[in-house]
Amino acid sequence: MHLAYPAVLAVLLFCTGLYGVLARRNAILVLMSVELMLGAVNLNLVAFDVWLRDTLHAGQALTLFVIAIAAAEIGIGLAIVLLVHRDRGTADIDKLRGLAEPPPTDDSVPGTTDNGADSDADTSADQGTPARRQTA
Amino acid sequence: MTAAAQLAAAGHGFLSPTGVEITFLLVAVVTLGGAVVTVTTKQLVHAALWLVVTLGGLAVEFLLLTAEFIAWVQVLIYVGSVVVLILFGLMLTKAPIGRSPDADSGNRPAALAVAVASAAALVWVVVDAFRATWIDLGEVQGSTKVTGVSLFRHWVLPFEALSVLLLAALVGAIVLSRLRSSQRTPGANGPRANGSSRPNGPSTKGPRANGSRANGSRTAGSRTAGPRTAADAAEKEG
Repeated sequence: MHLAYPAVLAVLLFCTGLYGVLARRNAILVLMSVELMLGAVNLNLVAFDVWLRDTLHAGQALTLFVIAIAAAEIGIGLAIVLLVHRDRGTADIDKLRGLAEPPPTDDSVPGTTDNGADSDADTSADQGTPARRQTA
Repeated sequence: MTAAAQLAAAGHGFLSPTGVEITFLLVAVVTLGGAVVTVTTKQLVHAALWLVVTLGGLAVEFLLLTAEFIAWVQVLIYVGSVVVLILFGLMLTKAPIGRSPDADSGNRPAALAVAVASAAALVWVVVDAFRATWIDLGEVQGSTKVTGVSLFRHWVLPFEALSVLLLAALVGAIVLSRLRSSQRTPGANGPRANGSSRPNGPSTKGPRANGSRANGSRTAGSRTAGPRTAADAAEKEG
């Protein structure tokens, strides 16, 4: 088999996953795109392992390791996404602006954080809580 | 290698593909089509199901590359468990069943430009580099015996380290899904800056938003929250 077939397929799959990571809004769809990229890497590893006839079979061993790490990654990632969804009520990564700088068109003076912990993750995590207490 | 490559090149012309190559190409079209639909469809559950097609196609490609063990591991772990986890995640984050018009973010043209540019560059480099390289698929490279021998003879230490990593990841996932809000935000009474100026999103809030849960009984909160424990139990499955 020509080596270009699996290599080109891996490249195209990787770039499809790259598009998904950049263009998707839901966090779980981003995780699925990451799985696509890892699958492309696995295909490359297997193809080059078979081509080089490695006596250690480093490519296939690394493929197994990548599959296991992908399983661990999807477990941790989904736990984090579910926690964020429970905390904020959304899983859209465009709306998770807790670590972002405030926009310059804000009414407050930009660049001056109030108590220095504005960009902290859990500070912004509990900012959703009092608002819900008032509304509920 | 060069002699073998010359021999293989003499055996297989570039424009006269063998049966394995034709099968590889057909499965590659299905795999790539599944991947494209996965990243472009507006229906979230359909994206997960097309991911099954893509990962199954990758398993067939592994089989065609004579890596049997990797192929079955791919089917078992990816198609069997990862997609099920993703479907659980979609279900537990209350993903809409029908078409969701906001599945793509606003930077979609930039993402498309980056993806097309990187695909063009990488395809050019790869095709130029491996123009005259053939894989000899004469003997099986990845049978279970070969993979097992290499894994447990040369790769034992990374294998054991990886098992510890998996254990740590599972314990971490369980700890994350058991976190209470009282443990998560210990400084909830402290001073906070511009708490209402930040957009909170549509906030389809769960049962934790009722006030008796939020401001009362931090220590015994896990007992009183009736609907939460069912959701937590479902998450611990995942």
